[in-house]
Amino acid sequence: MEASLAEVLRQVTGYIYPNEVELHWSVLIVLYPYLTGLVAGAFILASLVRVFNVKEVQPTYRLSLLTALAFLIVAPLPLLAHLGHPERSFEMFLTPNVHSAMAMFGFVYAWYLTVVLLLEIWFDYRKDMILWSREESGLKRWLHKLLTLGVFDLDAQSLRFDRTAGRVITVIGIPSAFLLHGYVGFIFGSVKANPWWSSVLMPIVFLFSAIVSGIALMLLLYMFSTLLRSKALDMVCLDKLASFLFYALIVDFSLEMLDFIHRLYEAEESIRILGQLVASRLFVSLVVVQALMGTVIPLLILGIVSPALRGRSRGLVMLPDELRRLLYAGAATLIQIGIFSTRWNVVIGGQLFSKSLRGLTVYKMQLLGGEGLFVAGLLLLLPFVILMTLIWLLPPWPDQEAEVPAREIEPERQLQPEEAAAIASEA
Amino acid sequence: MPKQLTRLIILFAILTGGLVSARHFLLPKTFGELGHYRAAAVTTIAARPIHYAGRDACSTCHADIFEIHARNKHQTVACEVCHGPAAAHVESPTDVELPKPNKRALCPMCHRYDPSRPTGFPQIDPQTHNPVKPCITCHNPHQPEPPHVPGECSACHGEIARTKAVSRHAGLDCTVCHATPVKHKVTPREVHPEKPRTRVFCASCHAKAAKSSAEIPRIDVDTHGGRYLCWQCHYPHQPEGA
Amino acid sequence: MNGETTRHDQPPTSAKSGQMWGTSGSTSRRQFLRTWSLAVPAMLLALRSKAVAIWFTGETPNYNAKEHRYGMGIDVDKCIGCGRCAEACKNENDVPREPFYFRTWVERYVITPGDTLVDSPNGGIDGFPPTTSEKGILRTFFVPKLCNHCEDPPCVQVCPVGATFSTEDGVVLVDQDYCVGCRYCVQACPYGARFVNPKTHTADKCTFCYHRLVKGLQPACVEVCPNGARIFGDIRQRSSPLARFQRMRKLHTLKPHLNTKPKVYYADLDEEVR
Repeated sequence: MEASLAEVLRQVTGYIYPNEVELHWSVLIVLYPYLTGLVAGAFILASLVRVFNVKEVQPTYRLSLLTALAFLIVAPLPLLAHLGHPERSFEMFLTPNVHSAMAMFGFVYAWYLTVVLLLEIWFDYRKDMILWSREESGLKRWLHKLLTLGVFDLDAQSLRFDRTAGRVITVIGIPSAFLLHGYVGFIFGSVKANPWWSSVLMPIVFLFSAIVSGIALMLLLYMFSTLLRSKALDMVCLDKLASFLFYALIVDFSLEMLDFIHRLYEAEESIRILGQLVASRLFVSLVVVQALMGTVIPLLILGIVSPALRGRSRGLVMLPDELRRLLYAGAATLIQIGIFSTRWNVVIGGQLFSKSLRGLTVYKMQLLGGEGLFVAGLLLLLPFVILMTLIWLLPPWPDQEAEVPAREIEPERQLQPEEAAAIASEA
Repeated sequence: MPKQLTRLIILFAILTGGLVSARHFLLPKTFGELGHYRAAAVTTIAARPIHYAGRDACSTCHADIFEIHARNKHQTVACEVCHGPAAAHVESPTDVELPKPNKRALCPMCHRYDPSRPTGFPQIDPQTHNPVKPCITCHNPHQPEPPHVPGECSACHGEIARTKAVSRHAGLDCTVCHATPVKHKVTPREVHPEKPRTRVFCASCHAKAAKSSAEIPRIDVDTHGGRYLCWQCHYPHQPEGA
Repeated sequence: MNGETTRHDQPPTSAKSGQMWGTSGSTSRRQFLRTWSLAVPAMLLALRSKAVAIWFTGETPNYNAKEHRYGMGIDVDKCIGCGRCAEACKNENDVPREPFYFRTWVERYVITPGDTLVDSPNGGIDGFPPTTSEKGILRTFFVPKLCNHCEDPPCVQVCPVGATFSTEDGVVLVDQDYCVGCRYCVQACPYGARFVNPKTHTADKCTFCYHRLVKGLQPACVEVCPNGARIFGDIRQRSSPLARFQRMRKLHTLKPHLNTKPKVYYADLDEEVR
């Protein structure tokens, strides 16, 4: 550790405060807004179905919810791994400083996990869990029964309540998702000591890049999961996803350009060192990866190929389905890399220049070690492992959704003679 | 009320109850007494060990040295600057001895010439100023006045001397422009040298009619520079500029 | 200090009290794995030993924090850049000696018409190497830096758990036994005054030598400054060197536009200083 710091000291250009040799927030803190961004984005996609009735993307509804949950579970882990004393982390809930954005975020996270995400999934899956548990055996049956919380009602009134509750929660959930990731933006944006972070736009930029990354992720997940299950891809769904991705990306790009132009125009004191920062330390990650590869090229691809600009399921250029979805996958992958790079540029970029505004330092990322690349990679894979477990437990596929038998929905209704006979023959 | 709702409310109630009672047990006792922090932390920090005894601690046992020291040029220099942290020595004087720096390594930390040091601060070039000899050979650290008053102004005004030495005014002795009482070398901060207060002074070399060397640049004293004194624009130690 | 100095700085009485959750003093990162697997039992243990571990050990019963409010004056033109203050601070407060952790340090400014060069090699502890070129220097001077113990500290504002705080006598401190090491305060400090101690894995910074203040002593850096560039005082006291300093000099603070209201006042501060 000391050796790497000595190495950093050798590579400093200009003047940095002596305490700034050690870069304090590592790649793990880059990972954290990336993960919460995906949560918010996936959830907002799900809410497009539930609240705005965008029927085309219905196949991704349940998958989005499970994805959001999987990533939300993993989101605090990089934070814990980064803390100097993770065993004291509960103090944030014990004695939260109400003036601290970080402390309040713990409660926003808890709210979102319990009241929004877990409840929404529960209400959506409740009837399925009851019906599945009837046919299953072993661990799965046990888990499903447990998760129903001992409520086995399937009558019309209960189901209606489930649907209403789900809608109410989604309506509450949309501003909650905005709050979840906008808050992460605020954690950075409210630091007046750092001119790279301190900006009113920060929460908004974070939020829209979250939406972009979430939709892109769901596009990829939907494609891969469907192909893995050897089912046919719903191109209408994919086209709609691609269109929304395009619109979100336009807004995101505009916001980033606004920030850039605003900074250059105002040209306040920090512009000199920040210009040096972008030109030297952040050139590849910002100009090449984030802007060019992560925004401009996907915009071009999606704008030309998806129905976003032309509407009525026709892109500017008509391409066969296989090629179109390949390009969508390519664009979505570039976007993921681009958004990760965005987080990198904010978190690491904000620490590469000195608060004396006179020098630049370097970030020596460890390979192994508690905050190294290896741990970051593991934490990036973990949500997918959890997602696979959730998919096993709560299959999100539309064709596996259980259907409640009619007689259960309306138990008061008199059985028709043919129905009575059918039941008798079943027994 | 639908059964789902009641079950959920019960679950939340259990969770909340559990968290509230956990908080009761886990909350540190002194938290919040003085503000949003553990009051016990202040006590912990206040109880940290002390290593530097402070200026007054030495006078009790070393009164003689202390008195001399307090009257001379090093009076602002605490004993512990040169002798190191002394709290342990104050506790057990016979067991713990403090070092007496008597090589050349320590003194140049303050007195080595550096242009960034304030003007008038006594500075020497360690390589040329009595090399090899320990500083205490000539300077008693508690009474560090040099064995004789400095011969040159550059002894204390190194930066000015060096700037002037490579300038057009190199040939001019400091005393040509600065009338300096002898006492300035003894009590420099009480008695100050003078500065020329008239334009006539510089004109004695730089006026068109002046009887001085041919290569000295000339100006028309009546019109050049208006009402200003010459050195209000020109830096006499480096008149040609940076 | 010269090479032959031996450090006899074993404190006569070391009373370390009030350890709360059990500190992990190890420097190895493997510690993080161990703490992970011990998190729950550790909490339970802390719960059980809490009553025993936290006790009040007052060593200064006569000190009343409410009567004081501390600040520091820095006379920039008196600083000779000897680095004795930075050295004394590390000695007094057991700060790690590596050149990455400083509670106080000295910067040198060399201003020429074209450029301004700033450096602080090892915080100034070993002195400064000769300036590369003396010709063309407009102004050059030293500036001591330290935690400004702001009236409105951004570090206290962002600490999620209340581990860093402002005392009643105006000193900003860090609770080493409560800090979780999230490093938000380090990011929030505009002056680079904070660092993370590699031994305690918590935030660390200048404390105005609080443990000396409560005993009526001065901070170590003020104690050893040979030229009187650092002036410590009680703002509440009507007569003190700091009171005179505040009366007679035109004062500046660092980064006033950030409205942190620092309590370290610089006289003759150049506009190039950040």
